[in-house]
Amino acid sequence: MSAARVGVVTFPGTLDDQDAARAVRHAGGEAVPLWHADTDLKGVDAVFLPGGFSYGDYLRCGAISRFAPLMGELIPAAKAGLPVLGTCNGFQILCEAHLLPGALLRNAGLHYVCRDQRLRIESTDTPWTADYAPGQEVVIPIKHGEGRYVADAETLARLEAEGQVVVRYLGSNPNGSLNDIAGIRNEAGNVVGLMPHPEHAIEELTGGPGTDGLGFFTSILKRLVNA
Amino acid sequence: MARVIVDVMLKPEILDPQGQAIARALPRLGFSGVSGVRQGKRFEVELDGPADEAALADVRKMAETLLANTVIEDYTVRVEG
Repeated sequence: MSAARVGVVTFPGTLDDQDAARAVRHAGGEAVPLWHADTDLKGVDAVFLPGGFSYGDYLRCGAISRFAPLMGELIPAAKAGLPVLGTCNGFQILCEAHLLPGALLRNAGLHYVCRDQRLRIESTDTPWTADYAPGQEVVIPIKHGEGRYVADAETLARLEAEGQVVVRYLGSNPNGSLNDIAGIRNEAGNVVGLMPHPEHAIEELTGGPGTDGLGFFTSILKRLVNA
Repeated sequence: MARVIVDVMLKPEILDPQGQAIARALPRLGFSGVSGVRQGKRFEVELDGPADEAALADVRKMAETLLANTVIEDYTVRVEG
C-alpha cells in the first residue's frame, strides 16, 4: 500500500515547511512539496499550511497569501472536504481565506511569545485530532506575535456550541485570545487551524517539550489509509 | 488622475494594544489630556483616470477584498480634494 500523500505548502517567507514535511515522513506519510505559485494540488490527500511569515506578513498576516495561485485551487478543494491543517501563519491564512471564521490579531501583551505551551485537545472529531483523547492535556510549542483569536459574539457562541474549538490554552493565556482559543475547525471538521506548532514536538531527540504534536500527523495518516 | 484615500481602522469593539501602548507613551513625553489612541492604516490609491462613481466602486471593492479584513476592520473611501 502506498503512503498517504500530504501536501506541504511553501509561500515566500514560510519557515516551518521543512519541519512539517519531516513530521509527515516521521509519521509514515509521503510529504509532497507544494509551491505557492503552483496551480495544481498534485493529487494530494491532505494539505498542511505551515508557519512563518508568508509575504513578510505585509498588509495583514496571511492577507496576500490568501490570493496566491495555489490557494485558488486549495480553497474550493477544502470546501469540498479535503483535509487541511494550518498552524500559526497557516491558521492566519485560513482565516483570511474565510475557510475558518474570525481573525488573528496582535498579541494583547504586544510581545512575541515563544514557549512550550500547555493545551487541552477539546475536539477529537476532526481528521487531524482523532488520535487524541477528548480533553487530553498536551504540551506543544508556540511562537507568534499575532495569535490573539477574535470573532464576533455570535460566531464565538456558535464555535463553542458546535464543538468547533479544537485546542484551548491552559495556564496563562499567551496572547489574549478570546475564550483561550488556540485552534478551531470549520463546520464540516476537515479544516483545522491552530497557533501551536505540533510539527516541532514529534520526537524527543530534536528538543522541544516531547512528542505531543505527533498525534496531529498520525491522526491524518490513519484517516487517509482507512479512507 | 485622482487620488483616493482608503482609511482602515479596527472595529471599535476590537482591542487595539498598539494604540494603547502609544497612549501610554504620550504622558511620558509630556503630552497630557489624551484619553485614548487607536491605530489604523491609510492607503493612497492613485487612479489613471478620474475618481468617478465607477472608479470609486472599484476602490470600495479593493477595500472589501484586500485592503481591509471586514471581520475585524472598518474602512472609509474618499477622494482627496
